[in-house]
Parts: sequence; C-alpha cells; structure tokens
Amino acid sequence: MRGSLALASLIRHRARTVLAVLGVAVAAAMLLDMVMLATGMRESFRELLLSRGFEIRLAPKGTLPFDTDATIPGVGAITATLRVNPDIREISPVLGASIHILAGNRDVSGSALGIDPRVQGDYELLSGRDVTRPDAIVVNDHLLSQVGASIGDTLVVATGYDAQTRTYSGQRKLVVTGRVKFIYGANDQSSSAMRRETLEGMNERSRDRASLFMVRVRKGANAEAVRDWIDEQLPNVTAISIATAIAQVDERLSYFRQLALILGAVSLFVGFLLVTTLVTVSVNERAGEIAVMRAIGVSRSHVVEQIVLEGVAISFAGAVFGLALGLVTARYLNTILSAFPGLPMAIDFFLFQPRAAWSALGLLIASGVGAGIYPAWRAASLPIAESLRREAIA
Amino acid sequence: MSAGVESSIVSLRDVRRDYALGAERVHALQGVTLEVERGDYVAIVGPSGCGKSTLLNLIGVIDQPTSGTIAIAGKRVDAMSDREATQFRLRNIGFVFQRFYLLPILSALENVALPMAEAKVAKVARIERATELLRYVGLGNRERHRPSELSGGEQQRVAIARALSNGPTLLLADEPTGELDARTGAEIISLFQRLNADGTTIVVVTHDEDLASAARRKVHMRDGKVVDA
Repeated sequence: MRGSLALASLIRHRARTVLAVLGVAVAAAMLLDMVMLATGMRESFRELLLSRGFEIRLAPKGTLPFDTDATIPGVGAITATLRVNPDIREISPVLGASIHILAGNRDVSGSALGIDPRVQGDYELLSGRDVTRPDAIVVNDHLLSQVGASIGDTLVVATGYDAQTRTYSGQRKLVVTGRVKFIYGANDQSSSAMRRETLEGMNERSRDRASLFMVRVRKGANAEAVRDWIDEQLPNVTAISIATAIAQVDERLSYFRQLALILGAVSLFVGFLLVTTLVTVSVNERAGEIAVMRAIGVSRSHVVEQIVLEGVAISFAGAVFGLALGLVTARYLNTILSAFPGLPMAIDFFLFQPRAAWSALGLLIASGVGAGIYPAWRAASLPIAESLRREAIA
Repeated sequence: MSAGVESSIVSLRDVRRDYALGAERVHALQGVTLEVERGDYVAIVGPSGCGKSTLLNLIGVIDQPTSGTIAIAGKRVDAMSDREATQFRLRNIGFVFQRFYLLPILSALENVALPMAEAKVAKVARIERATELLRYVGLGNRERHRPSELSGGEQQRVAIARALSNGPTLLLADEPTGELDARTGAEIISLFQRLNADGTTIVVVTHDEDLASAARRKVHMRDGKVVDA
C-alpha cells in the first residue's frame, strides 16, 4: 500500500517528477562516468599488460619500459640466467630504436622494435607476413601512409642521422612484409618492427643489448616469486610484474582518480539535493493531506516509509536512465580522450565494469534513502491539529 | 481510569488548552467539562475562535490539553504517546473534515479502505467492507471514481464512509457542511441522522444552524468555555 501510495504521489505531479528523474539521471550519468574513469584506465592498462600473456617485464635499473633510451647489456647472458628458472616459460628481448625512412627526398621519422617473431608480444599482424627474413620489416598504418608504401615495397631505413654532415648511418634496405597494429603504440606514431638481429646489425652500439625483456611464466607459477628471484639474480635490471606495474600506474594516475572521485561525489550530492528539494516541496504541499492521514490513524513510521519510498523511486528511475546515459557519454568521451597524442590505442579511459555500475546504482539508491529522510522526518513531525488549522485558514 | 459517568463515551474534566502565539499566550480552552453519552449526537456551536475546533481536536486525540483530563470510551487519552494515540484514533475515532481531504490519487473505494489497510484488515475483507460502506452512503456506483470525478457532496460522503471504516466508537465532524451548497448539505445532515439512528455516537462542530438543529443536543461555547450544555 505504501509503495503504491508513493508511486501515485509521484505520478500526480508527472511533469515535476519527470524533470527530477532527468536531473537525477544526469547526476547518475556523471557519477557512473566518474566511477568508470576512476578505475577504467587502471583496469584497461592491466588488461593491456596481460593481453599477450607476459607477466613480467625487465627494464634498465630504475626505469620503466621505454621510459628512457637506456638499454640492458648482455642479452645472451641474461637469457641464459633466466632459462635456469623452471617457472620461466618464454623470454622475449626487445630492442627499441629511432629510425629514419628515406622516401624519395623526404625523411620520415619513426620508431622500430627489434624482436624475435616467435615470442614477440608487441604487435598483432593485420595482413601480410611476419618478419621471418632478416630483410623484412612490418609497419603500422600510420607509417605506411607517411611513406606512401604498401606491402611488398622496399624501404631505405637508417638508424642514425648526423644533422651537421647531413648523412645517415646504419642504412639498410628492408622489404615491407606486413601491416601490424602495435599494442602499446599510439595512433599517431609511425612504428615498425624487424628482427632484433637486423636492428642490432644496423646499429653497432646496440649489439647484444635490449631495451626490454618480456617474460612469460609457467602456468600456475607465482609471478611475484619469479620477479623476486629475477631481482636477486640480475641486479642491473628492474623486474616489473603486472602488480608492480599497476601500482606504478596507480601512483601516476592518482590525481586522475582523485579528480574523478571528487566529481563523482559532487554529482551524487547534486542528485541528493535535487531529490531532497523535490520531496520536501511535495511534503510541504501535502501538509494537510499528511495531517489527515495521521488523524485517521496512519502511523508516523508509515508516513516516513512512504516519503522515503518517493525519494528512492525518483533516485532509482533516475539511476536507471542515468546509467544508460552514462554509458553513451562514456563512449563519446573515450573517443575524444583516446585521440590524445602519445597514448596506446588499446587504453580505455572509461572502462565499463558491472561492479562500477552496481556501485553507482547502490550509491544513488542510498542517496535516495538519505534524500527522503529529511522530508520524511518533517512529514512525520507535523503537528496534526496545527497543520489542519493552517490548512483550514489557507 | 474509568470515566466519571459510566454511560459517557466522552468525558472531559476542567480541560484547558493554551497556545503560544509569538510572545502572547492564547487560552483557547479555559476549563471545559463535558460529557457525551453513548449513542448521542452533539453539535458544538459558537462564534469563530471560541475553541470549538480545539475541543474537537482534543476529543479526537490529535492534540493534547495543557491541563485537565479527557477519557474516551473509559480510557484516558490526555497524555498518550504518539504511538498510542495513533492506534487509539485508528480503532476508535472517525474523522470528517470540512474539506473532505480524500487522497486524490486513490479511488473512492481505496480511500475508504485506507484506514482498514492501516489496521491490517485482510484485503478481501476491506474491499468488501469499503464496498458496503459506499453503498450505505449512497455511492455504490462510484467506487472506482477518483475524488476529482466526484461532486463536493459525494466526496464528503466518501469521507464519512472512510471515517466509519474501522467501526469507530465516536464520529467527529468539523464543519462537515461548510463547503457544500444547501441541498447537498441537507443530504449530509440526513446521512448523519441515519448514522446516529443506527447507533453511531456523533460530535459535530458547526456554524450551520440546520446541522446543529438536527443534533440531539447542542453545546454552546464562548471564549473557550462551555456556556450552555
């Protein structure tokens, strides 16, 4: 009975209720987006790191992968050390370098990764063949469009350029064998990959060096224990597991999360105020009606239940619309933010997680209960005789 | 405590009710003593501001006296807690107001059934009783109508049916014909007479001479006092 009375009270002022629901929906959409933003990048980054199944990365001591131009010497020795551990299944040394591609009289700058195609975890092949031959190179669409080349074309690639003498060093002709998408690369980067020995051959200084090692552990093995073991065995590298990488990302994104949480809290508060205001106005308008209900024997607790239910109903309806609206706006905002220069294409700012949606819904319903408490208290505290007298005078 | 008079359904002893009005103290009732017998039909009359409605509110247990004692059906009601007073009103008092105060979102039948729902009467039983009461007040064919679809007289009859829904000991009415035209007012007066003839104890507060004359007894008030009972 209380539920249907609460619903009927809301339906009685349709326009006002619809406007309030829309207001709560906007606040709910904002809240969901902020909850998604607060956890989205972190989760997205975690999924990105896990996408190729490499649980540990080794970077030069004190750095993050590709954070600097520093490299790790002794690829062969490190690989041999790592192979001693039975929990390590695969090792993929990666060498990074800047390259120049001479396209006619133009110089297109880009980056190249030297990899082992059998165990690489940096790109996905979209078309063509992988770098099975020493003179093969695979490139992303951005680089292809920059040099105006296609699969099968030969490119002149250099690893160094002296601006004073205007000469290139480490030049080699490489054949484009495939189109690839770099998992950690940005849309607007010209990126390529070749066999590691090819890239080493083009730059003597990088011989037997790697910018990064990616390590895949045996199924069921404890990645953290393997990381600790690597730290002990290889003092000149920093071993980063998914958990430590996430912790580092968390630290770097903390301001982002704080901003999202503050904006989310503001949205929730705005929704709360909106519902409180609406229900309080409704209670004031119905003071006489509530006094009559009390006079005919309706208990205080039942009046409170009805008013709180009104707040919850508005919040719930607003939350349902708001969650749908939040998903649409999150997708739109994600498109805008993903175009930010230098960010990996696979990173999502707003990652939908059912838990985030449930959290937002729960918070909104709780705020609906909270929003109903003040007007419900007012309604239940109305002096019956005095309210009836005021109504009669009015 | 038992009432002073065994057959009295309402017994007031030296009841005072003061209000604070800003810095002033208003003495709305100044030592009212009154008895209403079971099956009686009492009209409380007097000029505006003489304390009629205040007296009715005290009898209806929606207000508490500053001093004095009030017993309804042998039970002291002047110092009840809110919870006790609510339960007491639900089971013993039927209210009819000048402005009907039906819930506009409910049908006539639902309005009548509302106090029974509060009293936890089973749904089938309350629909049956509400239907019977609407027939009694002559609105058997208007059960599904909302208050906005009913005339003033019809709304007041629904309000009377609502007041009777839990079989109250006492029916209280505050200016029940105040918003009605003469013809419709006469219908309500006639309905009250029928109710009283069927055994309902009624106390009305009114300025309406016709309604007051239809009562068995008139209680005259002036300046917060009963001047002629």
